[in-house]
Amino acid sequence: MTASEIREAILSILSDLAPDEDLSQLKEDVPLRDQLELDSMDFLDIVMELRKRYRVQIPEEDYAALTSMKSTVEYLEPLMKDL
Amino acid sequence: MTRDFLKGVRDRYDVVVIGAGLAGMTAANALARAGHGVLLLEQHFKLGGLATWFRRPGGHIFDVSLHGFPVGMIKSCRRYWTREIADRIVQLKNIRFDNPMFSLSTTFDRDDFTRLLVERFHIAPDAVGRFFDTARDMNFYDDQAITTRELFDRFFPGREDVVRLLMEPITYANGSTLEDPALTYGIVFSNFMSKGVFTFQGGTDRLVEAMRDEMVRNGVDVRIRANVQRIHVRGGRVEAVTVNGRTVPTRAVVSNANLKTTILDLIGSDRLDRDFVDQVRAVRLNNSSTQVYMALGAGQMIDESCGDLLFSSTAPAFRTDLLLSRDASSRTYSFYYPKTRPERNRCLIVASTNANYADWAELPREEYELAKGNLARSTLDDVEKYVPGIRDKLDHVEVSTPVTFRRYTQHVDGASFGTKFEGLAVSRALPEQIAGMYHAGSVGIIMSGWLGAVNYGVIVANDVDAFLLKK
Repeated sequence: MTASEIREAILSILSDLAPDEDLSQLKEDVPLRDQLELDSMDFLDIVMELRKRYRVQIPEEDYAALTSMKSTVEYLEPLMKDL
Repeated sequence: MTRDFLKGVRDRYDVVVIGAGLAGMTAANALARAGHGVLLLEQHFKLGGLATWFRRPGGHIFDVSLHGFPVGMIKSCRRYWTREIADRIVQLKNIRFDNPMFSLSTTFDRDDFTRLLVERFHIAPDAVGRFFDTARDMNFYDDQAITTRELFDRFFPGREDVVRLLMEPITYANGSTLEDPALTYGIVFSNFMSKGVFTFQGGTDRLVEAMRDEMVRNGVDVRIRANVQRIHVRGGRVEAVTVNGRTVPTRAVVSNANLKTTILDLIGSDRLDRDFVDQVRAVRLNNSSTQVYMALGAGQMIDESCGDLLFSSTAPAFRTDLLLSRDASSRTYSFYYPKTRPERNRCLIVASTNANYADWAELPREEYELAKGNLARSTLDDVEKYVPGIRDKLDHVEVSTPVTFRRYTQHVDGASFGTKFEGLAVSRALPEQIAGMYHAGSVGIIMSGWLGAVNYGVIVANDVDAFLLKK
Protein backbone atom coordinates (compact mmCIF):
# COMPACT_ATOMS: atom_id res chain seq x y z
CA MET A 1 0.00 0.00 0.00
CA THR A 2 1.14 3.54 -0.69
CA ALA A 3 1.13 6.30 1.90
CA SER A 4 -2.09 7.73 0.49
CA GLU A 5 -3.76 4.32 0.52
CA ILE A 6 -2.75 3.86 4.14
CA ARG A 7 -4.17 7.27 4.90
CA GLU A 8 -7.48 6.24 3.28
CA ALA A 9 -7.48 3.03 5.34
CA ILE A 10 -7.05 5.01 8.57
CA LEU A 11 -9.81 7.41 7.55
CA SER A 12 -12.12 4.49 6.87
CA ILE A 13 -11.48 3.09 10.37
CA LEU A 14 -11.93 6.51 11.95
CA SER A 15 -15.21 7.10 10.16
CA ASP A 16 -16.52 3.79 11.52
CA LEU A 17 -15.38 4.64 15.05
CA ALA A 18 -16.56 8.23 15.02
CA PRO A 19 -19.45 8.38 12.53
CA ASP A 20 -20.54 11.83 13.70
CA GLU A 21 -17.18 13.52 13.11
CA ASP A 22 -16.26 15.51 10.00
CA LEU A 23 -12.98 13.98 8.86
CA SER A 24 -12.50 16.12 5.76
CA GLN A 25 -10.79 18.92 7.70
CA LEU A 26 -8.35 16.66 9.57
CA LYS A 27 -4.93 18.30 9.92
CA GLU A 28 -1.95 16.04 9.21
CA ASP A 29 0.38 16.85 12.07
CA VAL A 30 -2.01 17.89 14.84
CA PRO A 31 -2.74 15.11 17.36
CA LEU A 32 -5.95 13.24 16.44
CA ARG A 33 -7.04 13.58 20.04
CA ASP A 34 -7.09 17.38 19.74
CA GLN A 35 -9.27 17.30 16.64
CA LEU A 36 -11.64 14.41 17.35
CA GLU A 37 -13.38 13.14 20.46
CA LEU A 38 -11.16 10.10 20.90
CA ASP A 39 -10.34 8.34 24.16
CA SER A 40 -7.84 5.58 24.91
CA MET A 41 -10.39 2.89 24.02
CA ASP A 42 -10.77 4.46 20.57
CA PHE A 43 -7.03 4.15 19.96
CA LEU A 44 -7.20 0.52 21.04
CA ASP A 45 -10.01 0.01 18.53
CA ILE A 46 -7.85 1.51 15.77
CA VAL A 47 -5.14 -1.03 16.64
CA MET A 48 -7.66 -3.88 16.64
CA GLU A 49 -9.18 -2.82 13.32
CA LEU A 50 -5.76 -2.57 11.65
CA ARG A 51 -5.02 -6.11 12.78
CA LYS A 52 -8.43 -7.37 11.67
CA ARG A 53 -8.41 -5.70 8.25
CA TYR A 54 -4.71 -5.86 7.33
CA ARG A 55 -3.13 -8.27 9.83
CA VAL A 56 -0.83 -5.50 11.02
CA GLN A 57 0.46 -6.06 14.55
CA ILE A 58 1.20 -2.95 16.60
CA PRO A 59 2.85 -3.70 19.95
CA GLU A 60 1.67 -1.71 22.94
CA GLU A 61 4.97 0.17 23.25
CA ASP A 62 4.40 1.64 19.77
CA TYR A 63 0.90 3.01 20.44
CA ALA A 64 2.40 6.49 20.85
CA ALA A 65 3.16 6.45 17.10
CA LEU A 66 -0.57 6.77 16.43
CA THR A 67 -0.71 10.35 17.68
CA SER A 68 -1.37 12.26 14.46
CA MET A 69 -2.35 11.21 10.96
CA LYS A 70 1.18 12.00 9.74
CA SER A 71 2.93 9.97 12.46
CA THR A 72 0.48 7.08 11.99
CA VAL A 73 1.04 6.84 8.25
CA GLU A 74 4.83 7.12 8.68
CA TYR A 75 4.78 4.36 11.29
CA LEU A 76 2.59 2.06 9.18
CA GLU A 77 4.33 2.56 5.82
CA PRO A 78 7.08 -0.05 6.30
CA LEU A 79 4.58 -2.46 7.89
CA MET A 80 2.01 -2.15 5.09
CA LYS A 81 4.09 -1.51 1.98
CA ASP A 82 3.83 -5.13 0.79
CA LEU A 83 0.08 -5.44 1.27
CA MET B 1 -28.09 -39.19 36.67
CA THR B 2 -26.73 -35.67 36.70
CA ARG B 3 -26.98 -33.59 33.56
CA ASP B 4 -23.83 -33.17 31.50
CA PHE B 5 -23.39 -29.43 31.20
CA LEU B 6 -20.50 -29.97 28.80
CA LYS B 7 -22.39 -32.12 26.31
CA GLY B 8 -21.19 -31.41 22.77
CA VAL B 9 -18.09 -29.47 23.83
CA ARG B 10 -15.56 -29.48 21.02
CA ASP B 11 -12.16 -31.22 21.05
CA ARG B 12 -10.26 -27.94 21.30
CA TYR B 13 -10.70 -24.18 21.32
CA ASP B 14 -8.63 -21.14 20.49
CA VAL B 15 -9.66 -19.54 23.79
CA VAL B 16 -11.34 -20.72 26.96
CA VAL B 17 -12.84 -17.92 29.07
CA ILE B 18 -13.28 -18.81 32.72
CA GLY B 19 -16.13 -16.89 34.32
CA ALA B 20 -19.07 -15.06 32.75
CA GLY B 21 -18.79 -11.77 34.59
CA LEU B 22 -18.97 -8.64 32.50
CA ALA B 23 -15.25 -8.70 31.64
CA GLY B 24 -15.36 -12.41 30.77
CA MET B 25 -18.45 -12.07 28.57
CA THR B 26 -17.08 -8.99 26.80
CA ALA B 27 -13.74 -10.67 26.10
CA ALA B 28 -15.51 -13.83 24.87
CA ASN B 29 -17.74 -11.80 22.58
CA ALA B 30 -14.89 -9.71 21.15
CA LEU B 31 -12.76 -12.80 20.48
CA ALA B 32 -15.60 -14.68 18.81
CA ARG B 33 -16.29 -11.64 16.62
CA ALA B 34 -12.61 -11.68 15.64
CA GLY B 35 -13.16 -15.21 14.36
CA HIS B 36 -11.70 -17.31 17.16
CA GLY B 37 -13.25 -20.47 18.60
CA VAL B 38 -14.34 -19.48 22.13
CA LEU B 39 -15.62 -21.58 25.03
CA LEU B 40 -17.12 -19.61 27.94
CA LEU B 41 -17.35 -21.50 31.24
CA GLU B 42 -19.42 -20.22 34.17
CA GLN B 43 -19.57 -22.09 37.48
CA HIS B 44 -22.93 -20.58 38.53
CA PHE B 45 -26.25 -21.38 36.82
CA LYS B 46 -26.56 -17.78 35.63
CA LEU B 47 -24.32 -15.58 33.50
CA GLY B 48 -23.37 -12.08 34.64
CA GLY B 49 -21.22 -12.50 37.75
CA LEU B 50 -22.08 -9.57 40.00
CA ALA B 51 -24.17 -8.11 37.19
CA THR B 52 -26.98 -10.19 38.56
CA TRP B 53 -30.59 -10.39 39.72
CA PHE B 54 -32.89 -12.84 41.49
CA ARG B 55 -36.59 -13.60 41.55
CA ARG B 56 -38.80 -14.05 44.58
CA PRO B 57 -42.42 -15.20 44.97
CA GLY B 58 -44.92 -12.40 44.45
CA GLY B 59 -43.47 -11.36 41.09
CA HIS B 60 -40.44 -9.57 42.50
CA ILE B 61 -37.14 -9.27 40.66
CA PHE B 62 -34.24 -7.77 42.59
CA ASP B 63 -31.27 -6.21 40.79
CA VAL B 64 -28.02 -6.50 42.72
CA SER B 65 -26.01 -3.70 41.13
CA LEU B 66 -27.91 -2.13 38.25
CA HIS B 67 -27.99 1.57 39.14
CA GLY B 68 -24.76 3.41 38.53
CA PHE B 69 -23.52 3.08 34.95
CA PRO B 70 -21.17 5.88 33.87
CA VAL B 71 -22.03 7.55 30.58
CA GLY B 72 -19.19 5.69 28.83
CA MET B 73 -21.27 2.50 29.04
CA ILE B 74 -23.40 3.75 26.15
CA LYS B 75 -20.46 3.96 23.77
CA SER B 76 -18.81 0.76 24.99
CA CYS B 77 -22.04 -1.24 24.75
CA ARG B 78 -22.75 0.11 21.28
CA ARG B 79 -19.29 -0.77 20.08
CA TYR B 80 -18.57 -4.06 21.85
CA TRP B 81 -22.14 -5.35 22.27
CA THR B 82 -25.17 -4.15 20.34
CA ARG B 83 -27.01 -0.94 19.55
CA GLU B 84 -30.13 -2.43 21.18
CA ILE B 85 -28.27 -2.76 24.48
CA ALA B 86 -26.79 0.74 24.22
CA ASP B 87 -30.19 2.26 23.41
CA ARG B 88 -31.66 0.98 26.67
CA ILE B 89 -29.15 2.83 28.83
CA VAL B 90 -30.96 5.78 30.40
CA GLN B 91 -29.98 8.50 32.84
CA LEU B 92 -31.02 8.55 36.49
CA LYS B 93 -31.60 12.20 37.18
CA ASN B 94 -32.33 12.38 40.88
CA ILE B 95 -29.24 11.49 42.91
CA ARG B 96 -29.64 12.41 46.57
CA PHE B 97 -27.38 12.84 49.57
CA ASP B 98 -28.68 12.91 53.11
CA ASN B 99 -26.27 13.08 56.05
CA PRO B 100 -25.60 15.25 59.13
CA MET B 101 -23.50 17.62 57.01
CA PHE B 102 -25.86 18.26 54.11
CA SER B 103 -28.96 17.12 52.31
CA LEU B 104 -29.25 17.74 48.58
CA SER B 105 -30.28 16.43 45.20
CA THR B 106 -28.19 16.51 42.02
CA THR B 107 -28.17 15.37 38.40
CA PHE B 108 -24.60 14.21 39.09
CA ASP B 109 -22.67 15.91 36.32
CA ARG B 110 -19.83 18.38 36.29
CA ASP B 111 -22.08 21.42 35.77
CA ASP B 112 -24.35 20.53 38.64
CA PHE B 113 -21.47 19.64 40.97
CA THR B 114 -19.86 22.97 40.13
CA ARG B 115 -23.12 24.77 40.89
CA LEU B 116 -23.49 22.97 44.23
CA LEU B 117 -19.87 23.50 45.27
CA VAL B 118 -20.05 27.20 44.50
CA GLU B 119 -23.56 28.01 45.73
CA ARG B 120 -24.07 25.59 48.60
CA PHE B 121 -20.54 24.91 49.75
CA HIS B 122 -19.16 28.38 48.94
CA ILE B 123 -16.03 27.14 47.20
CA ALA B 124 -14.35 29.59 44.82
CA PRO B 125 -15.33 28.74 41.22
CA ASP B 126 -11.73 28.63 40.01
CA ALA B 127 -10.79 26.12 42.74
CA VAL B 128 -13.66 23.89 41.61
CA GLY B 129 -12.58 24.23 37.99
CA ARG B 130 -8.97 23.41 38.80
CA PHE B 131 -10.01 20.38 40.84
CA PHE B 132 -12.16 18.96 38.03
CA ASP B 133 -9.42 19.60 35.47
CA THR B 134 -6.77 17.97 37.67
CA ALA B 135 -8.95 14.90 38.26
CA ARG B 136 -9.78 14.63 34.56
CA ASP B 137 -6.16 14.88 33.43
CA MET B 138 -4.92 12.15 35.75
CA ASN B 139 -3.75 9.00 34.11
CA PHE B 140 -2.19 5.68 34.74
CA TYR B 141 1.38 6.91 34.50
CA ASP B 142 0.97 9.58 37.17
CA ASP B 143 2.60 9.58 40.54
CA GLN B 144 0.99 6.87 42.64
CA ALA B 145 2.28 8.20 45.94
CA ILE B 146 -0.43 10.85 46.30
CA THR B 147 -3.56 9.54 47.98
CA THR B 148 -7.10 10.64 47.28
CA ARG B 149 -7.14 12.25 50.74
CA GLU B 150 -4.11 14.37 49.79
CA LEU B 151 -5.75 15.35 46.51
CA PHE B 152 -8.81 16.66 48.36
CA ASP B 153 -6.66 18.40 50.97
CA ARG B 154 -4.85 20.27 48.22
CA PHE B 155 -8.02 21.75 46.74
CA PHE B 156 -10.47 21.78 49.65
CA PRO B 157 -8.42 21.91 52.87
CA GLY B 158 -10.46 21.27 55.99
CA ARG B 159 -13.66 20.73 54.01
CA GLU B 160 -14.87 17.33 55.16
CA ASP B 161 -18.30 18.08 53.72
CA VAL B 162 -16.85 18.55 50.22
CA VAL B 163 -14.79 15.36 50.60
CA ARG B 164 -17.95 13.53 51.49
CA LEU B 165 -19.88 14.85 48.50
CA LEU B 166 -17.13 13.93 46.08
CA MET B 167 -16.04 10.63 47.62
CA GLU B 168 -19.13 8.84 48.93
CA PRO B 169 -20.49 7.95 45.46
CA ILE B 170 -17.12 6.63 44.27
CA THR B 171 -16.79 4.45 47.33
CA TYR B 172 -20.23 3.06 46.56
CA ALA B 173 -19.29 2.49 42.93
CA ASN B 174 -15.97 0.73 43.37
CA GLY B 175 -15.11 0.32 47.04
CA SER B 176 -12.16 2.71 46.90
CA THR B 177 -11.16 4.77 49.91
CA LEU B 178 -9.36 8.00 50.77
CA GLU B 179 -6.19 5.96 51.30
CA ASP B 180 -6.09 4.68 47.69
CA PRO B 181 -3.90 6.39 45.04
CA ALA B 182 -5.40 9.68 43.83
CA LEU B 183 -5.05 8.64 40.21
CA THR B 184 -7.63 5.87 40.74
CA TYR B 185 -10.02 8.54 41.94
CA GLY B 186 -9.21 10.85 39.05
CA ILE B 187 -9.72 8.19 36.39
CA VAL B 188 -12.97 6.87 37.83
CA PHE B 189 -14.24 10.34 38.65
CA SER B 190 -13.80 11.61 35.11
CA ASN B 191 -15.73 8.61 33.78
CA PHE B 192 -18.34 8.52 36.47
CA MET B 193 -19.10 12.07 37.43
CA SER B 194 -18.76 14.08 34.27
CA LYS B 195 -22.09 13.31 32.64
CA GLY B 196 -24.46 11.77 35.15
CA VAL B 197 -25.45 8.34 36.40
CA PHE B 198 -27.18 5.81 34.18
CA THR B 199 -28.99 2.49 34.37
CA PHE B 200 -30.31 -0.19 32.03
CA GLN B 201 -34.00 -0.05 31.32
CA GLY B 202 -35.49 -3.53 31.42
CA GLY B 203 -33.43 -4.90 34.31
CA THR B 204 -30.22 -6.89 34.69
CA ASP B 205 -31.93 -10.08 33.48
CA ARG B 206 -32.79 -8.46 30.17
CA LEU B 207 -29.27 -7.03 29.80
CA VAL B 208 -27.51 -10.33 30.47
CA GLU B 209 -29.96 -12.19 28.23
CA ALA B 210 -29.22 -9.75 25.39
CA MET B 211 -25.49 -10.30 25.95
CA ARG B 212 -25.93 -14.07 25.93
CA ASP B 213 -27.91 -13.89 22.66
CA GLU B 214 -25.19 -11.76 21.08
CA MET B 215 -22.43 -14.14 22.21
CA VAL B 216 -24.32 -17.12 20.77
CA ARG B 217 -24.88 -15.22 17.51
CA ASN B 218 -21.14 -14.64 17.29
CA GLY B 219 -20.42 -18.30 17.91
CA VAL B 220 -19.33 -18.38 21.57
CA ASP B 221 -19.92 -21.82 23.11
CA VAL B 222 -21.58 -20.77 26.40
CA ARG B 223 -21.74 -23.23 29.30
CA ILE B 224 -23.19 -22.78 32.80
CA ARG B 225 -22.56 -24.95 35.87
CA ALA B 226 -19.12 -25.51 34.43
CA ASN B 227 -16.59 -25.27 37.21
CA VAL B 228 -12.96 -24.99 36.18
CA GLN B 229 -10.66 -26.86 38.54
CA ARG B 230 -7.33 -26.51 36.81
CA ILE B 231 -5.45 -24.57 34.15
CA HIS B 232 -2.79 -26.79 32.59
CA VAL B 233 0.57 -25.31 31.71
CA ARG B 234 3.41 -27.04 29.92
CA GLY B 235 6.73 -25.60 28.84
CA GLY B 236 5.64 -22.11 29.86
CA ARG B 237 2.48 -22.25 27.73
CA VAL B 238 -1.18 -22.79 28.43
CA GLU B 239 -2.36 -26.11 27.02
CA ALA B 240 -5.76 -26.99 28.51
CA VAL B 241 -8.28 -26.50 31.30
CA THR B 242 -10.01 -29.13 33.41
CA VAL B 243 -13.70 -28.37 33.85
CA ASN B 244 -16.21 -30.60 35.66
CA GLY B 245 -13.54 -33.33 35.54
CA ARG B 246 -13.04 -33.10 31.77
CA THR B 247 -9.88 -31.74 30.15
CA VAL B 248 -10.38 -29.36 27.21
CA PRO B 249 -7.32 -28.34 25.15
CA THR B 250 -6.98 -24.66 24.26
CA ARG B 251 -4.37 -22.24 22.91
CA ALA B 252 -5.24 -19.44 25.29
CA VAL B 253 -7.12 -18.87 28.54
CA VAL B 254 -8.78 -15.69 29.79
CA SER B 255 -9.66 -15.97 33.45
CA ASN B 256 -12.44 -13.75 34.75
CA ALA B 257 -12.18 -15.52 38.09
CA ASN B 258 -10.68 -13.71 41.06
CA LEU B 259 -7.06 -12.77 40.29
CA LYS B 260 -5.57 -14.60 43.28
CA THR B 261 -7.70 -17.71 42.78
CA THR B 262 -6.68 -17.81 39.12
CA ILE B 263 -2.98 -17.68 39.81
CA LEU B 264 -2.57 -19.44 43.14
CA ASP B 265 -5.25 -22.14 42.80
CA LEU B 266 -6.14 -22.73 39.15
CA ILE B 267 -2.57 -22.43 37.81
CA GLY B 268 -0.66 -23.18 40.99
CA SER B 269 2.29 -21.28 42.45
CA ASP B 270 4.73 -24.09 41.56
CA ARG B 271 4.36 -23.14 37.89
CA LEU B 272 5.48 -19.58 38.41
CA ASP B 273 8.43 -17.40 39.11
CA ARG B 274 8.87 -16.92 42.84
CA ASP B 275 8.99 -13.12 42.76
CA PHE B 276 5.78 -13.08 40.79
CA VAL B 277 4.07 -15.36 43.29
CA ASP B 278 5.15 -12.99 46.08
CA GLN B 279 3.61 -10.09 44.16
CA VAL B 280 0.38 -12.04 43.73
CA ARG B 281 0.23 -12.86 47.43
CA ALA B 282 0.75 -9.19 48.28
CA VAL B 283 -2.24 -8.02 46.23
CA ARG B 284 -4.90 -6.63 48.56
CA LEU B 285 -8.52 -7.43 47.80
CA ASN B 286 -11.19 -4.83 47.96
CA ASN B 287 -13.94 -5.15 50.52
CA SER B 288 -17.21 -6.98 50.15
CA SER B 289 -20.77 -5.76 50.69
CA THR B 290 -24.02 -6.36 52.47
CA GLN B 291 -27.34 -5.68 50.83
CA VAL B 292 -30.90 -5.48 52.11
CA TYR B 293 -33.53 -6.15 49.45
CA MET B 294 -37.00 -4.73 50.00
CA ALA B 295 -39.94 -5.41 47.69
CA LEU B 296 -43.18 -3.52 48.04
CA GLY B 297 -46.43 -5.38 47.51
CA ALA B 298 -48.45 -5.09 44.30
CA GLY B 299 -50.08 -1.67 44.10
CA GLN B 300 -47.78 -0.12 46.74
CA MET B 301 -45.87 2.79 45.23
CA ILE B 302 -43.01 5.03 46.26
CA ASP B 303 -42.97 8.59 45.01
CA GLU B 304 -40.11 9.13 42.55
CA SER B 305 -39.06 12.22 44.48
CA CYS B 306 -37.33 9.78 46.86
CA GLY B 307 -34.59 9.73 44.28
CA ASP B 308 -32.93 7.05 42.17
CA LEU B 309 -29.77 6.69 44.20
CA LEU B 310 -29.65 7.97 47.76
CA PHE B 311 -26.42 8.21 49.73
CA SER B 312 -27.69 8.17 53.27
CA SER B 313 -25.61 8.37 56.42
CA THR B 314 -26.01 9.16 60.09
CA ALA B 315 -22.24 9.22 60.63
CA PRO B 316 -20.97 12.69 61.56
CA ALA B 317 -18.16 12.52 58.98
CA PHE B 318 -16.97 10.39 56.07
CA ARG B 319 -14.55 7.75 57.31
CA THR B 320 -13.53 4.56 55.56
CA ASP B 321 -13.47 2.40 58.68
CA LEU B 322 -16.96 3.54 59.62
CA LEU B 323 -18.18 2.60 56.18
CA LEU B 324 -17.11 -1.00 56.63
CA SER B 325 -18.46 -1.45 60.15
CA ARG B 326 -21.17 -4.03 60.82
CA ASP B 327 -23.18 -1.33 62.61
CA ALA B 328 -23.87 0.34 59.31
CA SER B 329 -24.33 4.06 59.65
CA SER B 330 -23.95 4.71 55.92
CA ARG B 331 -26.06 3.11 53.23
CA THR B 332 -26.63 3.61 49.54
CA TYR B 333 -30.19 3.06 48.43
CA SER B 334 -31.10 2.15 44.88
CA PHE B 335 -34.77 2.88 44.29
CA TYR B 336 -36.28 0.82 41.50
CA TYR B 337 -39.55 2.29 40.26
CA PRO B 338 -41.92 0.67 37.76
CA LYS B 339 -39.93 2.40 34.99
CA THR B 340 -37.17 -0.23 35.40
CA ARG B 341 -39.55 -3.04 34.37
CA PRO B 342 -42.78 -1.35 33.26
CA GLU B 343 -44.59 -4.63 32.63
CA ARG B 344 -44.29 -5.59 36.31
CA ASN B 345 -45.28 -2.26 37.84
CA ARG B 346 -43.37 -2.80 41.08
CA CYS B 347 -41.30 -0.69 43.47
CA LEU B 348 -38.21 -2.14 45.11
CA ILE B 349 -35.41 -0.76 47.25
CA VAL B 350 -31.93 -2.21 47.57
CA ALA B 351 -29.72 -0.89 50.40
CA SER B 352 -25.99 -1.49 49.96
CA THR B 353 -23.23 -1.15 52.53
CA ASN B 354 -19.56 -1.94 52.14
CA ALA B 355 -18.47 -4.67 54.54
CA ASN B 356 -15.58 -6.87 55.66
CA TYR B 357 -15.77 -10.58 54.94
CA ALA B 358 -14.20 -11.56 58.26
CA ASP B 359 -16.83 -9.69 60.27
CA TRP B 360 -19.49 -12.02 58.88
CA ALA B 361 -17.71 -15.26 57.98
CA GLU B 362 -16.46 -15.90 61.49
CA LEU B 363 -19.86 -15.63 63.16
CA PRO B 364 -21.42 -18.84 64.49
CA ARG B 365 -24.57 -19.80 62.56
CA GLU B 366 -27.03 -18.46 65.12
CA GLU B 367 -25.25 -15.15 65.55
CA TYR B 368 -24.98 -14.80 61.78
CA GLU B 369 -28.75 -15.14 61.37
CA LEU B 370 -29.26 -12.71 64.26
CA ALA B 371 -26.90 -10.19 62.65
CA LYS B 372 -28.80 -10.45 59.37
CA GLY B 373 -32.06 -9.80 61.20
CA ASN B 374 -30.55 -6.79 62.94
CA LEU B 375 -29.30 -5.41 59.64
CA ALA B 376 -32.76 -5.75 58.09
CA ARG B 377 -34.36 -4.07 61.13
CA SER B 378 -31.95 -1.12 61.31
CA THR B 379 -32.21 -0.63 57.55
CA LEU B 380 -36.01 -0.53 57.69
CA ASP B 381 -35.83 1.97 60.57
CA ASP B 382 -33.63 4.13 58.36
CA VAL B 383 -35.83 3.75 55.25
CA GLU B 384 -38.81 4.91 57.33
CA LYS B 385 -37.31 8.44 57.11
CA TYR B 386 -37.70 8.43 53.35
CA VAL B 387 -40.71 6.15 52.85
CA PRO B 388 -43.05 6.57 55.82
CA GLY B 389 -44.94 3.40 56.72
CA ILE B 390 -42.48 1.25 54.75
CA ARG B 391 -43.09 -1.85 56.90
CA ASP B 392 -46.78 -1.93 56.01
CA LYS B 393 -46.04 -1.66 52.31
CA LEU B 394 -43.49 -4.46 52.16
CA ASP B 395 -44.07 -7.87 50.71
CA HIS B 396 -40.56 -9.33 50.91
CA VAL B 397 -37.32 -8.51 52.74
CA GLU B 398 -34.04 -10.35 52.38
CA VAL B 399 -30.42 -9.80 53.39
CA SER B 400 -27.17 -10.76 51.69
CA THR B 401 -23.76 -10.58 53.35
CA PRO B 402 -20.14 -11.03 52.26
CA VAL B 403 -20.71 -14.76 52.82
CA THR B 404 -23.50 -14.66 50.22
CA PHE B 405 -21.26 -12.85 47.74
CA ARG B 406 -18.55 -15.43 48.33
CA ARG B 407 -20.96 -18.32 47.72
CA TYR B 408 -22.30 -17.09 44.40
CA THR B 409 -19.17 -15.59 42.88
CA GLN B 410 -16.54 -17.81 44.53
CA HIS B 411 -14.46 -14.68 44.97
CA VAL B 412 -11.92 -14.78 47.77
CA ASP B 413 -13.46 -13.06 50.81
CA GLY B 414 -16.57 -12.26 48.79
CA ALA B 415 -14.68 -9.31 47.28
CA SER B 416 -17.29 -7.28 45.42
CA PHE B 417 -14.91 -4.76 43.85
CA GLY B 418 -11.91 -6.84 42.82
CA THR B 419 -8.48 -5.78 44.01
CA LYS B 420 -6.64 -2.68 45.12
CA PHE B 421 -4.43 -0.79 42.67
CA GLU B 422 -1.49 -3.24 42.63
CA GLY B 423 -3.75 -5.99 41.24
CA LEU B 424 -3.75 -4.35 37.81
CA ALA B 425 0.00 -4.74 37.28
CA VAL B 426 -0.18 -8.39 38.33
CA SER B 427 -3.13 -9.04 36.02
CA ARG B 428 -1.28 -7.41 33.10
CA ALA B 429 1.97 -9.30 33.82
CA LEU B 430 0.42 -12.77 33.81
CA PRO B 431 0.95 -13.42 30.06
CA GLU B 432 4.66 -12.67 30.53
CA GLN B 433 4.78 -15.54 33.01
CA ILE B 434 2.79 -18.02 30.95
CA ALA B 435 2.27 -17.71 27.21
CA GLY B 436 -1.43 -17.64 26.36
CA MET B 437 -2.58 -17.01 29.93
CA TYR B 438 -4.62 -13.84 30.53
CA HIS B 439 -6.72 -12.36 33.30
CA ALA B 440 -9.63 -9.95 32.83
CA GLY B 441 -11.77 -8.86 35.73
CA SER B 442 -12.17 -6.22 38.41
CA VAL B 443 -8.66 -5.17 39.32
CA GLY B 444 -6.83 -2.06 40.37
CA ILE B 445 -9.98 -0.02 41.15
CA ILE B 446 -9.90 1.64 37.72
CA MET B 447 -10.77 -1.61 35.94
CA SER B 448 -13.69 -2.22 38.26
CA GLY B 449 -17.38 -1.46 38.09
CA TRP B 450 -19.60 -1.72 35.00
CA LEU B 451 -17.48 0.28 32.56
CA GLY B 452 -14.10 -0.84 33.90
CA ALA B 453 -15.10 -4.49 33.50
CA VAL B 454 -16.39 -4.07 29.93
CA ASN B 455 -13.36 -2.08 28.80
CA TYR B 456 -10.86 -4.36 30.49
CA GLY B 457 -12.51 -7.29 28.72
CA VAL B 458 -11.86 -5.52 25.41
CA ILE B 459 -8.28 -4.59 26.29
CA VAL B 460 -7.45 -8.19 27.18
CA ALA B 461 -9.30 -9.54 24.12
CA ASN B 462 -7.02 -7.32 22.01
CA ASP B 463 -3.94 -8.90 23.60
CA VAL B 464 -5.32 -12.42 23.11
CA ASP B 465 -6.22 -11.72 19.47
CA ALA B 466 -2.66 -10.52 18.83
CA PHE B 467 -1.27 -13.62 20.55
CA LEU B 468 -3.44 -16.01 18.55
CA LEU B 469 -2.50 -14.41 15.23
CA LYS B 470 1.21 -14.51 15.95
CA LYS B 471 1.76 -18.04 14.70
